[in-house]
Amino acid sequence: MVKEVMTSNKAVAEAVRLAKPQVIPVYPITPQTTISEYLAQYVADEKIDAKYIKVESEHSAISASVGASGAGVRVFTATSSQGLMLMHEILFAAAGMRTPFVLADANRAISAPLNIWNDQQDSIAQRDAGWLQIYVENAQEALDTTLMAYKVSENPKILLPSMVCLDGFILTHTVEPVEIPEQELVDEFLPPYKPEHSFIDTETPMSIGTFADPENYLEARHDMQVAMDNAKEVIQQTCDEFAEKFGRQYGLVDAYKCDDAEIIYVAMGSICSTIRAIVDELREAGEKVGLLKIRAYRPFPVEAIEEAVVNCDKLAVVDKNVTFGNGGALFTDIKAKIHKDAYGFIVGLGGRDITPKEIKEIYEKTKNPVKEVTWIGLKEE
Amino acid sequence: MDIPKEEFLAPGHRGCAGCGASIAVRLALKALGKDTVAVSATGCLEVMTTPYPETSWEIPWIHVAFENAGAVASGVESALRIQGKKSNVIAFGGDGGTVDIGLQSLSGAMERGHNMTYVCYDNEAYMNTGIQRSGATPFGASTTTSPAGKASFGENRPKKNMPMIMAAHGIPYVATASIAYPEDYMKKVKKAAEVDGPAYIHLNQPCTTGWGYNPSKTIEIGRLAVETGSWVLYEIEDGEFNVTYRPAERKPVKEYLKPQKRFKHLDDEHIAKIQEYVDAQCEELGL
Repeated sequence: MVKEVMTSNKAVAEAVRLAKPQVIPVYPITPQTTISEYLAQYVADEKIDAKYIKVESEHSAISASVGASGAGVRVFTATSSQGLMLMHEILFAAAGMRTPFVLADANRAISAPLNIWNDQQDSIAQRDAGWLQIYVENAQEALDTTLMAYKVSENPKILLPSMVCLDGFILTHTVEPVEIPEQELVDEFLPPYKPEHSFIDTETPMSIGTFADPENYLEARHDMQVAMDNAKEVIQQTCDEFAEKFGRQYGLVDAYKCDDAEIIYVAMGSICSTIRAIVDELREAGEKVGLLKIRAYRPFPVEAIEEAVVNCDKLAVVDKNVTFGNGGALFTDIKAKIHKDAYGFIVGLGGRDITPKEIKEIYEKTKNPVKEVTWIGLKEE
Repeated sequence: MDIPKEEFLAPGHRGCAGCGASIAVRLALKALGKDTVAVSATGCLEVMTTPYPETSWEIPWIHVAFENAGAVASGVESALRIQGKKSNVIAFGGDGGTVDIGLQSLSGAMERGHNMTYVCYDNEAYMNTGIQRSGATPFGASTTTSPAGKASFGENRPKKNMPMIMAAHGIPYVATASIAYPEDYMKKVKKAAEVDGPAYIHLNQPCTTGWGYNPSKTIEIGRLAVETGSWVLYEIEDGEFNVTYRPAERKPVKEYLKPQKRFKHLDDEHIAKIQEYVDAQCEELGL
């Protein structure tokens, strides 16, 4: 085991090297770019035995990924923001065709106005595509989750692609110490991909991506729902297996000081680190508060959330996205599924700093609520 | 030339009587044989051959979307080669999926040098959605979105010159072909598969429904396109241009236009203009 200081983008690239994909179609975009550069260099240096396809757009990156994954090899791609939006149509096809590859998304705001900084609007806008979505908090989790994502996606009970979501710049360009697992252990955890079906066998030819009429379409989509439901169990199992092998335990959610909490923050991604520090501060001041980090956003881990929040009174749901005309996406999901008094907070869009003071403001506004959804950090008129 | 009896596109598909697209595929696959993987863009071909749970394809086949056959084929080709498999990769896109919405994806695939063949089966409009004009619709053709009318003689722009756009990519093999000249077409498909790198074939493919002619006349109409010089059969091999078929005597373009409903509104003036276009094209290509 080696420990190195690196960005989350490097951590993702390291995970990809360890996972040994055979085809990597990728197109650069800020703040994902260094992932595409690291992987190009790894291929150039024969650290990965893969075809790196220098595609001319994200649309072709995802299209080539579907083609290669359908042809039976392990595939990796990565993007961000506008790139993910350009992929949108094919994201649905990738899931519908049950191609189990992994995409890392460097979470970044969506134009307009044009903005390269972090929020999570890009991946949230893809939530209905049929992809598993996992949000990570730091570089170590980015590496570990990328490895686990392959194992989950390739599970015959799942066969859906996974999106590993890491906050742009806050994670992608910030260095932290990261443990790099041994290749041998990774090979045991994640053996070479051997799909049950690959359409390219000329002896037993298959047609994939066919057209389906109303007599067949509904069942195909329902199969995806079943796979998504299965994914909750498979993600947890995979996390447990990972913990056994590498000593780091993850889950569908991560509850921090939730057991006796009266108010629980619910959030995704790097902001959880800031919130955790504030939880400690508030605890010292005698406040009964906790944090529930949502790692798996799709499938939405309703049971795991219910279990974590069972004793609390109120939820403060923090969203780095907005579904206009409604609240944040996480907030509206929580409201729909969790029977608790919940308040939504829209924060940090387009990379606006979220200060400890504002995290405390969220706590205050949940304790003494004024309205259901509040935008935090808006400048005074 | 012996045309193999074996079929790789099974009958029973939903193509129209007289469909030229099915001929395009059958001939290409006869030329390539069993060790071939096919990619389709969305379009008539995909819809008529793969109504789940049925498929007409006797070889591996994949479809993802309308505008990305080039990119999907890139992924398939890369996955095959990294696994040490040498199977032919052939992509089929209609004119809409090739010269319009799929142009970028195709350009990328050609520029990157994937070892694959792309066949554009050009029926000169969006036939799957019911005959809307594309960038490959010829001057004067009436379609549902370039209709002839009081102030319109149909499509007012000439066809996009797609094979030359492909040739400008500097790929080792570009050809035009016609389903009405099967030997010429199949030879070209074989050559395309044999070259090391990307190859592009632009195939003229009459469409009984979209062009408006008797379904028994598909081959006849295809022949008239070539005999009148409206469609010229050539190949560009490593940059060297050669016409592969020269009509003994070029027929007037009117003979090609007349049997087709899409041109029936044209007056002598427009026909003369089309003749001018055709003459200029033939002169440019040395026919």
